Amino acid sequence: MITAERKPLEELLGYIAPYGRILLLGCNECVTVCAAGGRKEVGLLASALKMAARKSGKDVEIVEHTLERQCDPEYVEEVAGLVGQADAVVSMACGCGVQQMAMRYAKPVFPALNTRFMGGSERQGVWDERCAGCGNCLLGVTGGICPIARCAKRLMNGPCGGSANGVCEITPDVPCAWHLIWERLEALGQTQQYMEIIPAKDWKTAQGGGPRKIIREDLAE
Amino acid sequence: MEQFEPVIVAFCCHYCAYTAADTAGSQRLSYPAGVKIVRVPCTGKVDAKHLLTAFEKGADGVLVAGCLVGDCHFKDGNVKAARRVEFTKKYLQEIGIEAERLEMAGMSAGQGKEFAETATAITEKIRALGPSPVKGKNSCCGKAA
Repeated sequence: MITAERKPLEELLGYIAPYGRILLLGCNECVTVCAAGGRKEVGLLASALKMAARKSGKDVEIVEHTLERQCDPEYVEEVAGLVGQADAVVSMACGCGVQQMAMRYAKPVFPALNTRFMGGSERQGVWDERCAGCGNCLLGVTGGICPIARCAKRLMNGPCGGSANGVCEITPDVPCAWHLIWERLEALGQTQQYMEIIPAKDWKTAQGGGPRKIIREDLAE
Repeated sequence: MEQFEPVIVAFCCHYCAYTAADTAGSQRLSYPAGVKIVRVPCTGKVDAKHLLTAFEKGADGVLVAGCLVGDCHFKDGNVKAARRVEFTKKYLQEIGIEAERLEMAGMSAGQGKEFAETATAITEKIRALGPSPVKGKNSCCGKAA
Protein backbone atom coordinates (compact mmCIF):
# COMPACT_ATOMS: atom_id res chain seq x y z
CA MET A 1 0.00 0.00 0.00
CA ILE A 2 0.96 3.66 -0.23
CA THR A 3 1.71 4.94 3.26
CA ALA A 4 1.31 8.47 4.52
CA GLU A 5 1.34 10.60 7.65
CA ARG A 6 -0.63 13.68 8.59
CA LYS A 7 1.01 17.05 8.10
CA PRO A 8 1.43 19.32 11.14
CA LEU A 9 -1.79 21.16 11.99
CA GLU A 10 -0.02 24.51 11.75
CA GLU A 11 0.82 23.93 8.08
CA LEU A 12 -2.77 22.97 7.29
CA LEU A 13 -4.14 25.98 9.14
CA GLY A 14 -1.89 28.15 6.98
CA TYR A 15 -3.31 26.60 3.82
CA ILE A 16 -6.95 27.09 4.78
CA ALA A 17 -6.61 30.50 6.45
CA PRO A 18 -8.09 32.49 3.51
CA TYR A 19 -11.11 30.18 3.14
CA GLY A 20 -14.35 29.85 5.06
CA ARG A 21 -15.82 26.60 3.77
CA ILE A 22 -13.58 23.59 3.39
CA LEU A 23 -14.27 20.16 1.95
CA LEU A 24 -12.12 17.69 3.90
CA LEU A 25 -11.84 14.66 1.68
CA GLY A 26 -10.59 11.25 2.79
CA CYS A 27 -9.88 8.11 0.78
CA ASN A 28 -11.04 4.58 1.56
CA GLU A 29 -7.98 2.85 0.14
CA CYS A 30 -4.31 2.79 1.23
CA VAL A 31 -4.48 5.78 3.56
CA THR A 32 -7.39 4.20 5.42
CA VAL A 33 -5.35 1.04 5.99
CA CYS A 34 -2.34 2.98 7.25
CA ALA A 35 -4.63 5.08 9.49
CA ALA A 36 -3.68 8.38 7.89
CA GLY A 37 -6.58 9.55 5.74
CA GLY A 38 -9.66 7.37 6.13
CA ARG A 39 -13.05 8.35 7.48
CA LYS A 40 -11.88 8.25 11.09
CA GLU A 41 -8.88 10.47 10.42
CA VAL A 42 -11.08 12.87 8.48
CA GLY A 43 -13.30 13.15 11.58
CA LEU A 44 -10.31 13.76 13.84
CA LEU A 45 -8.75 16.38 11.61
CA ALA A 46 -12.08 18.15 11.09
CA SER A 47 -12.51 18.45 14.87
CA ALA A 48 -8.95 19.64 15.29
CA LEU A 49 -9.13 22.24 12.52
CA LYS A 50 -12.43 23.61 13.79
CA MET A 51 -11.13 23.91 17.34
CA ALA A 52 -7.83 25.46 16.27
CA ALA A 53 -9.61 27.98 14.05
CA ARG A 54 -12.10 28.78 16.81
CA LYS A 55 -9.24 29.31 19.25
CA SER A 56 -7.80 31.97 16.98
CA GLY A 57 -11.19 33.67 16.75
CA LYS A 58 -12.14 32.35 13.34
CA ASP A 59 -15.01 30.10 12.43
CA VAL A 60 -14.40 27.67 9.63
CA GLU A 61 -17.00 25.38 8.14
CA ILE A 62 -15.71 21.92 7.36
CA VAL A 63 -17.65 19.38 5.35
CA GLU A 64 -16.38 15.84 5.84
CA HIS A 65 -16.49 13.23 3.11
CA THR A 66 -14.55 10.11 2.26
CA LEU A 67 -14.29 8.77 -1.27
CA GLU A 68 -13.92 5.17 -2.29
CA ARG A 69 -10.73 5.90 -4.21
CA GLN A 70 -9.37 9.37 -4.79
CA CYS A 71 -6.92 8.38 -7.53
CA ASP A 72 -9.70 7.34 -9.93
CA PRO A 73 -11.64 9.91 -11.99
CA GLU A 74 -14.92 8.01 -11.64
CA TYR A 75 -14.95 8.42 -7.87
CA VAL A 76 -13.57 11.95 -7.94
CA GLU A 77 -16.46 12.90 -10.22
CA GLU A 78 -18.91 11.93 -7.48
CA VAL A 79 -17.95 14.88 -5.28
CA ALA A 80 -18.59 17.58 -7.89
CA GLY A 81 -21.53 18.91 -5.88
CA LEU A 82 -19.57 19.08 -2.63
CA VAL A 83 -16.58 20.71 -4.31
CA GLY A 84 -18.91 23.26 -5.89
CA GLN A 85 -20.11 24.38 -2.45
CA ALA A 86 -16.59 24.59 -0.98
CA ASP A 87 -14.04 27.40 -1.17
CA ALA A 88 -11.15 24.93 -1.03
CA VAL A 89 -10.48 21.22 -0.71
CA VAL A 90 -8.15 19.60 1.81
CA SER A 91 -7.37 16.11 0.63
CA MET A 92 -6.41 13.32 3.01
CA ALA A 93 -5.43 11.04 0.15
CA CYS A 94 -1.90 10.27 -1.00
CA GLY A 95 -0.26 12.58 -3.52
CA CYS A 96 -1.98 10.70 -6.37
CA GLY A 97 -5.42 11.51 -4.96
CA VAL A 98 -4.56 15.15 -4.31
CA GLN A 99 -3.45 15.54 -7.93
CA GLN A 100 -6.52 13.76 -9.27
CA MET A 101 -8.65 16.32 -7.45
CA ALA A 102 -6.49 19.22 -8.60
CA MET A 103 -6.69 18.05 -12.21
CA ARG A 104 -10.46 17.69 -12.12
CA TYR A 105 -11.54 20.78 -10.18
CA ALA A 106 -10.66 24.45 -10.57
CA LYS A 107 -10.63 24.95 -6.79
CA PRO A 108 -7.60 25.14 -4.52
CA VAL A 109 -6.66 21.63 -3.35
CA PHE A 110 -4.28 21.20 -0.41
CA PRO A 111 -2.62 18.02 0.83
CA ALA A 112 -3.30 17.07 4.44
CA LEU A 113 -0.78 14.22 4.32
CA ASN A 114 2.84 13.68 3.52
CA THR A 115 2.94 10.61 1.28
CA ARG A 116 5.83 8.43 2.50
CA PHE A 117 6.46 5.13 0.72
CA MET A 118 5.10 1.86 -0.63
CA GLY A 119 5.14 -0.42 2.34
CA GLY A 120 3.67 -3.31 4.20
CA SER A 121 2.38 -3.77 7.72
CA GLU A 122 5.04 -5.10 10.08
CA ARG A 123 2.59 -5.26 12.97
CA GLN A 124 -0.38 -3.23 14.24
CA GLY A 125 0.47 0.43 13.80
CA VAL A 126 3.88 -0.15 12.18
CA TRP A 127 4.55 0.03 8.44
CA ASP A 128 7.87 -0.37 6.70
CA GLU A 129 9.13 0.34 3.21
CA ARG A 130 9.12 -2.68 0.91
CA CYS A 131 9.04 -1.44 -2.67
CA ALA A 132 10.72 1.46 -4.43
CA GLY A 133 8.76 1.04 -7.68
CA CYS A 134 11.96 0.65 -9.71
CA GLY A 135 10.05 -0.81 -12.65
CA ASN A 136 12.19 -3.94 -13.02
CA CYS A 137 11.55 -6.29 -10.11
CA LEU A 138 14.51 -8.24 -8.74
CA LEU A 139 12.66 -10.15 -6.03
CA GLY A 140 12.82 -13.36 -8.04
CA VAL A 141 16.59 -13.54 -7.62
CA THR A 142 16.93 -12.01 -4.16
CA GLY A 143 14.83 -14.44 -2.17
CA GLY A 144 11.80 -12.16 -2.15
CA ILE A 145 13.60 -9.37 -0.27
CA CYS A 146 14.19 -6.10 -2.10
CA PRO A 147 17.71 -4.64 -2.05
CA ILE A 148 16.47 -1.46 -3.70
CA ALA A 149 13.86 -0.51 -1.11
CA ARG A 150 15.50 -2.10 1.93
CA CYS A 151 19.21 -1.45 1.44
CA ALA A 152 20.20 2.14 2.26
CA LYS A 153 22.75 2.06 -0.59
CA ARG A 154 20.55 0.10 -3.03
CA LEU A 155 23.39 -2.37 -3.53
CA MET A 156 22.88 -5.16 -6.06
CA ASN A 157 25.53 -7.70 -5.15
CA GLY A 158 25.85 -8.28 -1.45
CA PRO A 159 26.29 -6.09 1.61
CA CYS A 160 28.67 -3.21 2.14
CA GLY A 161 31.15 -2.91 5.00
CA GLY A 162 28.54 -1.21 7.14
CA SER A 163 26.66 -4.44 7.76
CA ALA A 164 27.39 -5.87 11.20
CA ASN A 165 25.55 -8.68 12.97
CA GLY A 166 22.71 -8.43 10.49
CA VAL A 167 22.15 -4.73 11.13
CA CYS A 168 22.70 -1.74 8.85
CA GLU A 169 25.10 0.96 9.99
CA ILE A 170 22.53 3.74 9.46
CA THR A 171 20.56 2.70 12.56
CA PRO A 172 20.23 -0.45 14.67
CA ASP A 173 16.49 -0.53 13.81
CA VAL A 174 17.23 -1.33 10.17
CA PRO A 175 18.20 -4.89 9.30
CA CYS A 176 20.79 -5.31 6.54
CA ALA A 177 18.78 -6.26 3.45
CA TRP A 178 21.62 -8.38 2.08
CA HIS A 179 21.95 -10.22 5.38
CA LEU A 180 18.23 -10.99 5.15
CA ILE A 181 18.61 -12.05 1.52
CA TRP A 182 21.48 -14.41 2.39
CA GLU A 183 19.53 -15.98 5.28
CA ARG A 184 16.50 -16.41 3.08
CA LEU A 185 18.49 -17.98 0.21
CA GLU A 186 20.12 -20.32 2.72
CA ALA A 187 16.73 -21.37 4.07
CA LEU A 188 15.50 -21.97 0.53
CA GLY A 189 18.65 -23.91 -0.43
CA GLN A 190 19.35 -21.37 -3.16
CA THR A 191 22.68 -19.88 -2.08
CA GLN A 192 24.05 -20.45 -5.59
CA GLN A 193 21.79 -17.57 -6.57
CA TYR A 194 23.97 -15.26 -4.48
CA MET A 195 26.97 -16.09 -6.68
CA GLU A 196 25.21 -14.80 -9.79
CA ILE A 197 26.35 -11.25 -10.52
CA ILE A 198 23.45 -8.86 -10.96
CA PRO A 199 24.41 -6.39 -13.70
CA ALA A 200 24.28 -2.64 -13.18
CA LYS A 201 20.67 -1.60 -13.02
CA ASP A 202 19.08 0.45 -15.74
CA TRP A 203 17.27 3.16 -13.79
CA LYS A 204 15.31 4.31 -16.82
CA THR A 205 12.49 2.07 -15.63
CA ALA A 206 12.57 3.91 -12.32
CA GLN A 207 12.13 7.68 -12.27
CA GLY A 208 15.45 8.12 -14.12
CA GLY A 209 13.43 8.10 -17.35
CA GLY A 210 11.04 10.85 -16.21
CA PRO A 211 7.37 10.44 -15.25
CA ARG A 212 6.19 6.94 -16.07
CA LYS A 213 3.02 5.74 -17.68
CA ILE A 214 1.41 2.35 -18.26
CA ILE A 215 -0.83 1.91 -21.27
CA ARG A 216 -2.82 -1.30 -21.53
CA GLU A 217 -3.97 -1.17 -25.10
CA ASP A 218 -6.68 -3.77 -24.57
CA LEU A 219 -8.23 -1.55 -21.87
CA ALA A 220 -7.35 1.99 -22.89
CA GLU A 221 -10.06 3.99 -24.65
CA MET B 1 -16.75 37.03 40.60
CA GLU B 2 -18.55 33.73 40.15
CA GLN B 3 -16.30 30.70 40.45
CA PHE B 4 -15.66 28.84 37.23
CA GLU B 5 -17.27 25.37 37.33
CA PRO B 6 -15.45 23.09 34.90
CA VAL B 7 -17.34 20.61 32.77
CA ILE B 8 -15.51 17.28 32.78
CA VAL B 9 -16.60 14.46 30.50
CA ALA B 10 -15.64 11.16 32.11
CA PHE B 11 -15.61 8.08 29.90
CA CYS B 12 -16.03 5.33 32.48
CA CYS B 13 -15.66 1.60 31.93
CA HIS B 14 -18.79 -0.37 32.82
CA TYR B 15 -16.73 -2.98 34.70
CA CYS B 16 -14.75 -0.69 36.98
CA ALA B 17 -14.86 3.10 37.03
CA TYR B 18 -18.57 3.35 36.28
CA THR B 19 -19.28 0.92 39.10
CA ALA B 20 -16.77 2.80 41.26
CA ALA B 21 -18.81 5.96 40.66
CA ASP B 22 -21.88 4.00 41.73
CA THR B 23 -20.02 2.78 44.79
CA ALA B 24 -19.12 6.37 45.60
CA GLY B 25 -22.83 7.16 45.53
CA SER B 26 -23.66 4.18 47.76
CA GLN B 27 -21.01 5.34 50.19
CA ARG B 28 -22.54 8.84 50.08
CA LEU B 29 -19.25 10.28 48.87
CA SER B 30 -19.78 13.42 46.85
CA TYR B 31 -17.85 14.50 43.79
CA PRO B 32 -18.21 17.61 41.63
CA ALA B 33 -21.46 17.89 39.72
CA GLY B 34 -19.59 19.09 36.64
CA VAL B 35 -18.26 15.57 36.07
CA LYS B 36 -20.51 14.09 33.39
CA ILE B 37 -20.20 10.34 33.09
CA VAL B 38 -20.40 8.47 29.78
CA ARG B 39 -20.60 4.73 30.39
CA VAL B 40 -18.58 2.65 27.92
CA PRO B 41 -18.29 -1.15 27.72
CA CYS B 42 -14.51 -0.84 28.04
CA THR B 43 -12.13 2.12 27.80
CA GLY B 44 -10.68 0.27 24.82
CA LYS B 45 -13.86 1.38 23.03
CA VAL B 46 -12.96 5.05 23.51
CA ASP B 47 -11.50 6.52 20.36
CA ALA B 48 -9.45 9.68 19.89
CA LYS B 49 -12.45 11.04 17.99
CA HIS B 50 -14.65 10.71 21.09
CA LEU B 51 -12.08 12.61 23.14
CA LEU B 52 -11.69 15.42 20.60
CA THR B 53 -15.46 15.66 20.12
CA ALA B 54 -15.89 16.12 23.88
CA PHE B 55 -13.58 19.15 23.74
CA GLU B 56 -15.19 20.39 20.55
CA LYS B 57 -18.63 20.29 22.19
CA GLY B 58 -17.48 22.30 25.18
CA ALA B 59 -15.78 20.08 27.75
CA ASP B 60 -13.13 21.84 29.83
CA GLY B 61 -11.49 18.53 30.69
CA VAL B 62 -11.85 14.87 29.78
CA LEU B 63 -11.23 11.87 31.99
CA VAL B 64 -10.88 8.32 30.72
CA ALA B 65 -11.35 6.00 33.68
CA GLY B 66 -10.72 2.31 33.19
CA CYS B 67 -9.69 -0.77 35.08
CA LEU B 68 -6.37 -1.17 36.83
CA VAL B 69 -3.61 -2.47 34.55
CA GLY B 70 -3.95 -6.24 34.33
CA ASP B 71 -7.61 -6.21 35.36
CA CYS B 72 -9.30 -5.31 32.07
CA HIS B 73 -12.40 -7.42 31.45
CA PHE B 74 -11.36 -7.56 27.78
CA LYS B 75 -7.69 -8.25 28.50
CA ASP B 76 -5.98 -4.99 27.54
CA GLY B 77 -8.57 -2.40 26.51
CA ASN B 78 -7.35 -0.06 29.26
CA VAL B 79 -3.75 -0.27 27.95
CA LYS B 80 -4.96 0.55 24.45
CA ALA B 81 -7.00 3.43 25.82
CA ALA B 82 -3.92 4.82 27.57
CA ARG B 83 -2.07 4.82 24.26
CA ARG B 84 -4.95 6.65 22.58
CA VAL B 85 -5.01 9.20 25.38
CA GLU B 86 -1.32 9.91 24.78
CA PHE B 87 -1.95 10.18 21.01
CA THR B 88 -4.83 12.59 21.62
CA LYS B 89 -2.76 14.70 24.00
CA LYS B 90 -0.33 15.40 21.17
CA TYR B 91 -3.24 16.38 18.94
CA LEU B 92 -4.55 18.71 21.67
CA GLN B 93 -1.16 20.39 21.95
CA GLU B 94 -1.17 21.05 18.21
CA ILE B 95 -4.63 22.59 18.50
CA GLY B 96 -3.45 24.77 21.38
CA ILE B 97 -5.35 23.02 24.17
CA GLU B 98 -3.33 22.12 27.28
CA ALA B 99 -2.63 18.36 27.27
CA GLU B 100 -3.28 18.24 31.05
CA ARG B 101 -6.96 18.72 30.30
CA LEU B 102 -7.05 15.08 29.25
CA GLU B 103 -6.29 12.39 31.78
CA MET B 104 -6.38 8.61 32.13
CA ALA B 105 -7.05 6.92 35.46
CA GLY B 106 -7.38 3.34 36.62
CA MET B 107 -9.47 1.96 39.46
CA SER B 108 -11.43 -1.09 40.51
CA ALA B 109 -15.21 -1.29 40.88
CA GLY B 110 -14.95 -1.13 44.68
CA GLN B 111 -12.86 2.02 44.75
CA GLY B 112 -15.66 4.53 45.19
CA LYS B 113 -13.43 6.75 47.30
CA GLU B 114 -10.74 6.76 44.59
CA PHE B 115 -13.32 7.69 41.97
CA ALA B 116 -14.56 10.63 44.04
CA GLU B 117 -10.98 11.74 44.70
CA THR B 118 -10.01 11.46 41.02
CA ALA B 119 -13.11 13.38 39.92
CA THR B 120 -12.38 16.08 42.49
CA ALA B 121 -8.69 16.27 41.61
CA ILE B 122 -9.26 16.69 37.86
CA THR B 123 -11.97 19.27 38.52
CA GLU B 124 -9.61 21.31 40.69
CA LYS B 125 -6.81 20.97 38.15
CA ILE B 126 -9.07 22.22 35.34
CA ARG B 127 -10.46 24.97 37.55
CA ALA B 128 -6.89 26.22 37.99
CA LEU B 129 -6.31 26.07 34.22
CA GLY B 130 -9.51 27.99 33.49
CA PRO B 131 -12.13 27.37 30.80
CA SER B 132 -11.15 25.47 27.66
CA PRO B 133 -9.59 27.86 25.15
CA VAL B 134 -11.89 26.58 22.40
CA LYS B 135 -15.06 26.93 24.43
CA GLY B 136 -17.69 29.52 23.99
CA LYS B 137 -18.46 29.65 20.31
CA ASN B 138 -20.71 27.42 18.34
CA SER B 139 -19.00 25.44 15.66
CA CYS B 140 -20.62 25.13 12.32
CA CYS B 141 -19.99 21.65 11.13
CA GLY B 142 -21.43 19.74 8.26
CA LYS B 143 -21.37 16.17 7.18
CA ALA B 144 -21.91 15.15 3.61
CA ALA B 145 -24.62 12.57 3.12
